[in-house]
Amino acid sequence: MSDIESAIGKSPPRLEAAEKAAGQALFSGDMVLPGMLHGALLTSPYAHARILSYDASAALAHPGVKAVVTAEDITGGAIGPLVRDEYALARGKTRYIGEPVAAVAAESEAIARLAARLVEVEYEELPAVATIAEAMAEGAPLLHEDFADYFKIYPAPENGGNLMTRGEAVMGRGTDGFDEADIVVEGVYEVGAQYHAYMEPVSVLAAFAPDGRVTVWSSTQSIFRVQANLHEGLGIPMTKIRCVAARVGGGFGGKAEVSGELVAVMLARKAAAPVRLVLSRDEDMTSMRARHPGTLRVKTGAKADGTLVAREVELWFDAGAYADDSPAVLSVSLQYARGPYNIPHVHVLGHAVYTNKLRFGAFRGFGNPQASFAGESQIDELAEKLGIDPIELRIKNAIKAGDRWLGGQTITSSALGDALRAVRAASDWTRPRAAPAGCKRGLGVSAVAHTCAFLSAGAIVRLQGDGTVIVNTGAVDIGQGSDTALSQMCAAALGLDIEQVSFATPDTDSAPYNYGTVASRVTYTVGHAVHEAAMAVRAQLFDHAAAMLECAPERLELRPGGRVGVSGEPARNAEVSFADIAGRSLYAVGGPITGSGSFMTSDPLDPEHTKTSGLLDLGVLSVRSFGAQAVEVEVDEATGAVRVVEAWCAHDAGRAVNPGAIESQIHGAFTQGMGYALTEELLWEDCRLVNPSFMDYKFPGAMEAPERINAIVLETPEVSHPLGVKGVAEQPLVAAAPAINNAVSAATGLRLKRIPLTPERVLNALLAKG
Amino acid sequence: MDISLRINGEECALSVPASRTLLEALRDDMALTGAKNACNQGVCGSCTVLVDGMPVNACLVLAVNVTGRDITTIEGLGEGGELSVVQQAFVDAGAIQCGFCMSGMIVSATAFLAHNPMPSRDEIRTALSGNLCRCSGYVRVFDAVALAAQRLSP
Repeated sequence: MSDIESAIGKSPPRLEAAEKAAGQALFSGDMVLPGMLHGALLTSPYAHARILSYDASAALAHPGVKAVVTAEDITGGAIGPLVRDEYALARGKTRYIGEPVAAVAAESEAIARLAARLVEVEYEELPAVATIAEAMAEGAPLLHEDFADYFKIYPAPENGGNLMTRGEAVMGRGTDGFDEADIVVEGVYEVGAQYHAYMEPVSVLAAFAPDGRVTVWSSTQSIFRVQANLHEGLGIPMTKIRCVAARVGGGFGGKAEVSGELVAVMLARKAAAPVRLVLSRDEDMTSMRARHPGTLRVKTGAKADGTLVAREVELWFDAGAYADDSPAVLSVSLQYARGPYNIPHVHVLGHAVYTNKLRFGAFRGFGNPQASFAGESQIDELAEKLGIDPIELRIKNAIKAGDRWLGGQTITSSALGDALRAVRAASDWTRPRAAPAGCKRGLGVSAVAHTCAFLSAGAIVRLQGDGTVIVNTGAVDIGQGSDTALSQMCAAALGLDIEQVSFATPDTDSAPYNYGTVASRVTYTVGHAVHEAAMAVRAQLFDHAAAMLECAPERLELRPGGRVGVSGEPARNAEVSFADIAGRSLYAVGGPITGSGSFMTSDPLDPEHTKTSGLLDLGVLSVRSFGAQAVEVEVDEATGAVRVVEAWCAHDAGRAVNPGAIESQIHGAFTQGMGYALTEELLWEDCRLVNPSFMDYKFPGAMEAPERINAIVLETPEVSHPLGVKGVAEQPLVAAAPAINNAVSAATGLRLKRIPLTPERVLNALLAKG
Repeated sequence: MDISLRINGEECALSVPASRTLLEALRDDMALTGAKNACNQGVCGSCTVLVDGMPVNACLVLAVNVTGRDITTIEGLGEGGELSVVQQAFVDAGAIQCGFCMSGMIVSATAFLAHNPMPSRDEIRTALSGNLCRCSGYVRVFDAVALAAQRLSP
């Protein structure tokens, strides 16, 4: 890489930081249009019920009410990214408490909320299933009687009742491989339902123009998924749908698919006025999404010298009332259930089951946190039985470049060994930890891998008249800093300062297609397209400069700040500025300079290597990044409370585009993973969610933040990317829960198998141990 | 009900229903949308504003109860279009990610530093315990407050 790429490897303040600090950033719920109405939802009081009739007359008679919509106003089909099993509003049946059934548009939010309760819906209550066991019981009531007829893009089970998806993968000799093991450990692990708790609740503003086009500003991770859902769910041609991302107040996977957008558009259409729909926190928690809870039976076998030989996993996910991303989450979870190790014989089997609860879907880590909690906890149990240091055991079996992943994809670069050695050194791993009276301290470790290339992305870079450029990708910055990082990558390819690059607001009217801000994919996947687009601009700049300077293009070089010069001739008269070139292109020769880039992830699975059934084709998901964490915890023996004292988190960014932003991702993801490990759990009584508030759902605050989170950014360049980058947004969350659990084990001698490790659970285990 | 109050140094007269919260009055009547509604129950601090210099959760305060008082919102912290020292420290420390909690966080930090100009890290932690953030893990938030304290010290 030439030194011209000076914009990479620096940590400038993010582009939008000042407007956010000033309180002037516009989130969807801050936006106002003339004549704007406010939306409110009526949600189902029943976990499972047939809808017999609607009566909106009382609501419509209320002063200030402008429109009421129900499923009768749906003009399109069913939606769902993998199986089309739901509608914009409950249609025919409701399948969970809190499911939106009707919506009202009114002159104020207060009127809309009041009037929503005046919409009368006649229900016939049906028996419901609250758990996987109830859902899979013989003769269990079915959530989706017509499941067999639904459109799907994965091989679903037939006659499976409430079984939505069943996936299986076998490597080597599968479970027969345990005959090579000297030691086998087995256990059942349980994981709770984690809520995203993005600070900004789901928010949408929808407005139709006189020409019939609708513009939707929303808090989303993907303007193109919103557009596709509006098209499928309401039958509106894509030519009539413009989706724009306002500033987004966090997503973490919860806004990867459509949320309130369809309802807002239905209301705006019926009321013939702009409608803003902003969910309250309890509505968001009751009606939207969470991370799959479930159970995992895991078995691992090793030779006496610590060589891992076999692993078997059987997992069950509660998927809730609608599929959403569940079949994909299950597939990804199984892909990571082998762990980041060279285990030759593997059998993984997973199920996702419909229940009468809110939908469980995408959430930072996407199935990997569950698999890694169980698998990485078990590696420590195995290490103890083998009498081998848990870091040593991991390093011995760590996957390396050239090795193959479950599914058959080849690992192109791996820093796993380096990450483990880094946290061992930084944490002073073998030093005993002194604890205050009544407490015990211990250190735990975990290893992690996660993907960062997924599906397709495009980019357009345009040279502007003054020699600056604008980059347009359609990628939504949900707070992680991608606007800044992608601008840096664009600037680097053109030798510009970041101030000379503007980042276009994601808008389906102008942006090239981009799947979404998911799967840690933006830096790698969108960055690929940005680099290609910028290089296309660079080639055109050189063509112009060659003519203007009367020399061969091969003799030209970029100079910092937007200039092209003749190499070896530093004088000013042997160079032209981007502005000069822009002027020539716009007014004399060639026309506007525009470059485009287009990238598709394609890394086919190998059915000879891994035999699979029932899984999604994950050849569009590739490139793994690796990391490791060491965590010191303190356990209060009187209360069972676990506190994270310090964490060391080493994660491979391939090449760090913006080291400061990567460190921030590590801090935040570790802390979110700490919440998953220690306190966060949505709880149901039968099918009723009982803690839908920030008062009752406890995620880490300032008092719970560790004293120190040491972010260690590794840089092992990824050979498949022109800039060598990888994504790291999810893996620091994935690694946290098992590292914390292993630290609790080290401190107490307990081997806990259920998260969150609430004080009650830890204390009960301590008391039982005696 | 008719109320008068001072918001960011300007006298304002408002006519509001008795049930209207200060947060609603600021956001809907005054178009001051910096303060956010994230939990609507006084847990998360995203709606924090200053009433006579004291931080309050604007979602829990009725507008009619602050008549005659002096309200400062995130929009009123800077002067002449410039960010305040605390706001700038949050930018420079890299504390801001999605930004939704940041108005409340910065207002809380501003009030805190006004009466404790040289805080320890533990004091910063305690002072911000009423402001939830889901992005940062609080590391750079604490850094930002420490940086602001350093820049504000004589």
